Amino acid sequence: MSEVLLKIEGINKRFGGLHALSNVSLHINKGEIYGLIGPNGAGKTTMFNVLTGLYTPDEGSFTFDGNDLFRAPPHVVVKSGIARTFQNIRLFHEMTALENVMVGRHIRSKANALGAVLRNKATRDEEAAIEAKAWELLRYVGIEDVAYERAKNLSYGHQRRLEIARALATEPKLLALDEPAAGMNPSETESLKALMEKIRDGGVTVLLIEHDVKLMMGLCDRIAVLDYGKKIAEGVPEVVRKDPKVIEAYLGVAHE
Amino acid sequence: MTMDTNKKLAVFIASAIVLAVLPFVVGNTLGNSWVRTIDFALLYVMLALGLNIVVGFAGLLDLGFIAFYAVGAYTFALLGSPHFDIHLPFYISIPLGAGLAAMFGLLLGTPVLKLKGDYLAIVTLGFGEIIRIFMNNLNAPVNITNGPQGINLIDPIQIGGLSLGKAVEVFGFTLNPVHLYYYVFLFLTVMVVIMVYRLQHSRIGRAWVAMREDSIAAAAMGLNIRNIKLLAFALGALSGGVAGGLFSTFQGFISPESFGLLESIMILAMVVLGGMGHIPGVILGAVVLTIAPEILRDVIGPLQMKAFGKMLVDPENARMLLFGAAMVIMMLVRPEGMWPSKRRAAEFKDAKKG
Repeated sequence: MSEVLLKIEGINKRFGGLHALSNVSLHINKGEIYGLIGPNGAGKTTMFNVLTGLYTPDEGSFTFDGNDLFRAPPHVVVKSGIARTFQNIRLFHEMTALENVMVGRHIRSKANALGAVLRNKATRDEEAAIEAKAWELLRYVGIEDVAYERAKNLSYGHQRRLEIARALATEPKLLALDEPAAGMNPSETESLKALMEKIRDGGVTVLLIEHDVKLMMGLCDRIAVLDYGKKIAEGVPEVVRKDPKVIEAYLGVAHE
Repeated sequence: MTMDTNKKLAVFIASAIVLAVLPFVVGNTLGNSWVRTIDFALLYVMLALGLNIVVGFAGLLDLGFIAFYAVGAYTFALLGSPHFDIHLPFYISIPLGAGLAAMFGLLLGTPVLKLKGDYLAIVTLGFGEIIRIFMNNLNAPVNITNGPQGINLIDPIQIGGLSLGKAVEVFGFTLNPVHLYYYVFLFLTVMVVIMVYRLQHSRIGRAWVAMREDSIAAAAMGLNIRNIKLLAFALGALSGGVAGGLFSTFQGFISPESFGLLESIMILAMVVLGGMGHIPGVILGAVVLTIAPEILRDVIGPLQMKAFGKMLVDPENARMLLFGAAMVIMMLVRPEGMWPSKRRAAEFKDAKKG
C-alpha cells in the first residue's frame, strides 16, 4: 500500500526575485488521494505546474514511477503517467465533448501523417478504438448524453467532469486535479467526491489541490500544507488539522 | 452529413462529369484563355489548401507561404530546362520539389516555434521575402537561378511519349496544352483534397485543432507541440511545392517576380475569404479569387467605354480597387468567410451575440 509513486526532493522554483517554491520535498504513495492545501499564493499551483512539466524547476529532483522527470517537457510527463486538470477549466471550447476526450488519447495512439492520409487498416482500427475509449470515459464520468455538444456550451459541472474524462484518457497513474470543486454547490461537490473515490478505487492515484478544507479532510488519505512556498506540514488529515503551524497559516496568529 | 450512399454517389458522378467536360465547354464558349484561368484556379486551390493546413488547422499565421511555391517551382525549373541542361522527368522533379519545400517548411518552422500571432506573421513574411531575394540574386558568382531574368524553356510534362506542351488530336477533338494540363492539375488537386481531408479527420487533425484552441492545455494532454507545429508547416509546404512544380512546367518560364508578397497575401485571402479551416470553403475561396479578377479584367474596360465613352480609370487599377473594396465589404459583412464550417460559423455567431 505504501509503495512510492511520485517523489520530489528539494524542489526550488523562482520567478525573478520571487521564490515560489523553496526546498519542497514530498512523496505520493500508490493508490492514495493526496491533498495539497495552503492559503492563496502559497505555491500550490506552481507546485502543480512543476509536477506536470509546465514549469521547469530550478533545482531539486523529481522521480515518478521509476522515471526521472526533472525538467522533462509536458508530453514526456504525460506519457509516463501524470495527467492534470486546470483550476480555470481549459477545455478545447469549440470541440465537442467527445473530441475533447479523443484528444486525450493522442499520447496513447500513434497514427502518423502518412497513416492518416493512407487510412490503412491499422489507422482505421486505432481511430475506432480511440472513439470507443472516449465514449467509455464519457460514460464513466457520467456525461455521455452531451457527447456531441461543444465543450463551451456545457454546464460548469459538466465541464469539470469533461476535463477529468479528458485527463483520464491519457491513462494516468496519477491524476492531478487543480481545485476541481471550485464554484460547485454542495450536491455537485458531493458527487465529485464520489467520482474521485471511484477513480482512486479504479487504481489511479489522485493528487488534489483544494480550498475546501472540509472536503479535503474527508477525502484525502494524506495532506501536505504549503505556505509561502514551503511545506509546513504533511500527514494524515487528523494530525495536519491540529498542527499549530497550519492553524497559524490559515488563521494568522495574534501579535503581541 | 446525413446524405445516403446513393445520393452521395450521384453527387460524386455528377461532379466528376462536370469536371471532366468543363475545359471543353469553357474552351468552346469563352475561349482557351479561360481554360488557362481554370488551370490557374486549380493551382491556387492546391496552394490555398496547403496554407489552410498551417493557418486554418494549426492556427499559425503564415505570410510567406509563396516561398514554398517558389521552392517547388525552382526545383522543377532547374531540373528540367536548358539552364543546367538537366532534363529529369516530372515524376522525379515534382516529388523532389515537394520534398524540398517540406524541408523549407521545417526550416521556417524551427525558429518560429515559440512565436505567435503578429510576431509569427512578421517572421514568415520576412522568410518569404528572403527566398524571393535569394532567387533574384543567386546568379553570381555562380549562376544558379539566373537572377531576375528567370529560367526559360522549362520542360513540359512528358507522359510516356506524350508531351503536354503540344496539342494532340483524340477522336477528332483537339486537346490543347491547357486542356491536357487541366487533367494533370485536376488529378493532383483531388489528391491534395483527399490528403487534407483525411489529415483533418485524424488524430493529427485533432491535435492541430487542440493546439490552436489552447496550446497549454494541449501540451498538458501530452501533445508534443513542437512536432505538431513542424508537421503543419511541412505538410502545408508540401502541397505548395507540388503546385510550384506544376506552375513551373505549365508556364515554361519562371522568375522571382512571380513569388512576391502580394501572392502570399492573395493565397491567405483565399483561405480567409473562403472559410478558414473548412476545405470546401477554401476551395471556393481559391476559385473565386482566381476567376473574379479575370472577369473584372474583361468587364471593366468595355463597361467604362459604354458608360462614359472613354477610359476614366485605368482598367488594371480599377480592377484592384474593386477587388480590394469587395474584400473589405466581405470581411465586414461575413468575417467567417463565404462557406465556413459549422463550428466556425457558430463561433462567429456567438461572438456577435456576446
